[in-house]
Amino acid sequence: MKKYILSTGNISPQQTFGQPFTQAEIITYTGNRMAAAEPDYSKLIDVKLIRRMSRIIKLGVAAAMECLQKANINAPDAIITGTAYGCLQDTEVFLTRLVENKEELLAPTAFIQSTHNTVGAQIALMLKCHAYNNTFVHRGFSFESALLDGCLLLEEQKANTVLIGGIDEITDTSHAILTRLGLYRRGAKGGEGAAFFLLANQPSGSDYARLDGMETLYKPKTVRDVEAAIQSFLAANGIGMHDVDLVITGQNGDAKGDAIYKQLSAVVWNNTPATGFKHLCGEYPTATAFALWLAAEILKEGKAPPAVGQVTVDKPVKRILICNHFQNIHHSFFLLTAC
Amino acid sequence: MDKEQLMADLKKQIITQLNLKDLKPEDIGNDQPLFVEGLGLDSIDALELIVLLQQEYKIKLSNADEGPKVFQSVKTMAEYIIAHQGQNA
Amino acid sequence: MSTKVFVAGVGVISSIGNKVAENLHALEHSKPGMGEMSLLQSVHKTLPVAEVKRSNAELVAATGLPAHTTRTALLSSIAAREAFDDAAIPGFDRLRTGFISANTVGGMDKSEDFFVTFHANAATGRLRDVVNHECGSATEIVADQLGIRNYISTISTACSSSANAIFFGARLIKYGQLDVVIAGGADALAKFTLNGFNSLMILDQEFCKPFDENRKGLNLGEGAGYVVLVSEKVAATLNKPVYCSLSGYCNANDAYHQTASSPDGTGSFLAMKGALEQSGLTAADISYINLHGTGTQNNDIAEGAAIKQLFAPHYPKMSSTKSFTGHTLGGCGGIEAVFSVLSIKHGITYPNLRFHTQMKELPFAPETSFSKNVPVQHVLSNSFGFGGNCSSLIFSTL
Repeated sequence: MKKYILSTGNISPQQTFGQPFTQAEIITYTGNRMAAAEPDYSKLIDVKLIRRMSRIIKLGVAAAMECLQKANINAPDAIITGTAYGCLQDTEVFLTRLVENKEELLAPTAFIQSTHNTVGAQIALMLKCHAYNNTFVHRGFSFESALLDGCLLLEEQKANTVLIGGIDEITDTSHAILTRLGLYRRGAKGGEGAAFFLLANQPSGSDYARLDGMETLYKPKTVRDVEAAIQSFLAANGIGMHDVDLVITGQNGDAKGDAIYKQLSAVVWNNTPATGFKHLCGEYPTATAFALWLAAEILKEGKAPPAVGQVTVDKPVKRILICNHFQNIHHSFFLLTAC
Repeated sequence: MDKEQLMADLKKQIITQLNLKDLKPEDIGNDQPLFVEGLGLDSIDALELIVLLQQEYKIKLSNADEGPKVFQSVKTMAEYIIAHQGQNA
Repeated sequence: MSTKVFVAGVGVISSIGNKVAENLHALEHSKPGMGEMSLLQSVHKTLPVAEVKRSNAELVAATGLPAHTTRTALLSSIAAREAFDDAAIPGFDRLRTGFISANTVGGMDKSEDFFVTFHANAATGRLRDVVNHECGSATEIVADQLGIRNYISTISTACSSSANAIFFGARLIKYGQLDVVIAGGADALAKFTLNGFNSLMILDQEFCKPFDENRKGLNLGEGAGYVVLVSEKVAATLNKPVYCSLSGYCNANDAYHQTASSPDGTGSFLAMKGALEQSGLTAADISYINLHGTGTQNNDIAEGAAIKQLFAPHYPKMSSTKSFTGHTLGGCGGIEAVFSVLSIKHGITYPNLRFHTQMKELPFAPETSFSKNVPVQHVLSNSFGFGGNCSSLIFSTL
């Protein structure tokens, strides 16, 4: 199902918000944590509303607002978000008080803001948007599920434009716990961000790119299964690997996880330029939202900006394949074509 | 308890508890309506103020319906606190 | 592509029973599930809660899952397995299958204990108590048990979560992506949610009275409910009749306030109206409404106002089964979907327990007794959550 990306909005560990990415310099991070480069929210969101928004809500709302403003759309026909960890800061604030006060004298704001659908709900509230509103919270498929739901709505003709976002945050606590769980012990860096997209059924004439397809693969047993899934994905879209100009892969610095991409590059895209994207945004369950944003940026420009850094492509980039996995459990592939 | 001092303290506490970062205590009038018009606070803020009352002044508002009257303004809050001082939560 | 989606199996565990038959028995004999807190360890011991009458150890033994499994995952496993077994789909392994589950608590029942230790010293706390914190973990634990791999996802939209999961599953079947979807949700009681709702001052200190003029709030509950949705093609291969069809569904947003519903129930109205439009039915076709009916001042008046606007002057039978099960949060859409399906299958409607006085704003009152031999054609099930997230499902007889 081909859908058109009208607009994007992205707050990430790079200077991706409020300016063309082609002009940005890459920020490199030492250590294993990449924090989002946040704008001055008071310029974007009413002060009366900001007071009740924790960081992740501001991240999501600002990115969504930029996406809508760039497309000049006030009210999308659906708002769908994907977040694996949800509103961590609010959860921690409430939990901390619960523990310290032994379940007494608990103020409600943090609890209310801790529900996973708060970002989507806040956007609807600000826009007074009564349309379909959903939030997916499935680990490395959270963003992909949101995207599928949005594309389905467009297919069903229940919507003309859908706003879809992938958001996850890091807090000191979550970083400490994920570090103890071993996520960063082999070289990966934790990241965070909020990336939103406005999708439509029909081309507008000034779209970023066309999303031709998206597939997910859960717990493949071998790399051969992943390879077969990619080949089948390309075939279902009526193309072969030779039709792809650039592959964007989810290598994150973790040698074990990255080995999969090495194997795939040898058998699937051995002749196609490939670049990672997680050196820009870090590793987190909804990082594919950043990848989709990057692909859309590249296709709009026709070439990979210097800021990407990892690849030189000699010819114009007209078609991109994104291949990502999260902990080798959640694999996803996206195919995009220039408009 | 000195009512003027109490009202000055309350203003600071309200600003902190409700994260009203753009306000200074002198921006809140003693008689200014806190809810709907005036400061424009809502039902969640009312719950936060109930916690404030208990935390800082050990006064328990067991019925949320009492809220609108008690929290009408900083002055009514101060008067309620003075009237209920010594009643442990 | 399938134009119709059918319900081939149901499964439920709640404070009124550990399986469908037990829940039905309790509903028929007016036996509510709320009572004194016995499993949850909270200081608020006087608050009535509707606990599933099984300890974690008993649930672990019943499911075969590891001992440290979160209670949400355990409850989900029981109900999903019951639904799966009930549907008994021939050749399940050869079909394209999906599991769409919903929850709001995730593994918080374990994480909140981890946090006590972690908060004192960040190097302490057992990692196995936090590794399944995410909502999606419970889903994968159960999907792996049932052998579902084609499509798995988790939804979390507060109290409308599992209703949203059910109709997302239906749409995946209609679109031709999947043949069978087990959909619904679960939530376990946790100190986090109990204290959260307590801080909002919307918990009743007594057993709740949904839609009563003198209602004082909700009782928190826990449980899980799932339906097995199948395409027309799969329905034709089954060895027993399907229960009913899922004929209508809609999600709309109230966009009024973070937690409170608009006084006229805009979101609720739009969700119910949209579900009717989707099903091609009119309000007069509805035989029974399973109300969201939490028992809070705000929800019941908003939902009531929306029903008045949509259904006047003829109101169908209606009741809130939360008067039995308490408010099971992420599980309520799924649990109440199962009750709605059973209403059609058995021609029954349920009472709204502890109802005495009609709300002065409303020209209708819920059912106060259990009825049999009711010609139930179409059931509307409402689930309205924080963030203005309002969903309605319509189940229809064949």
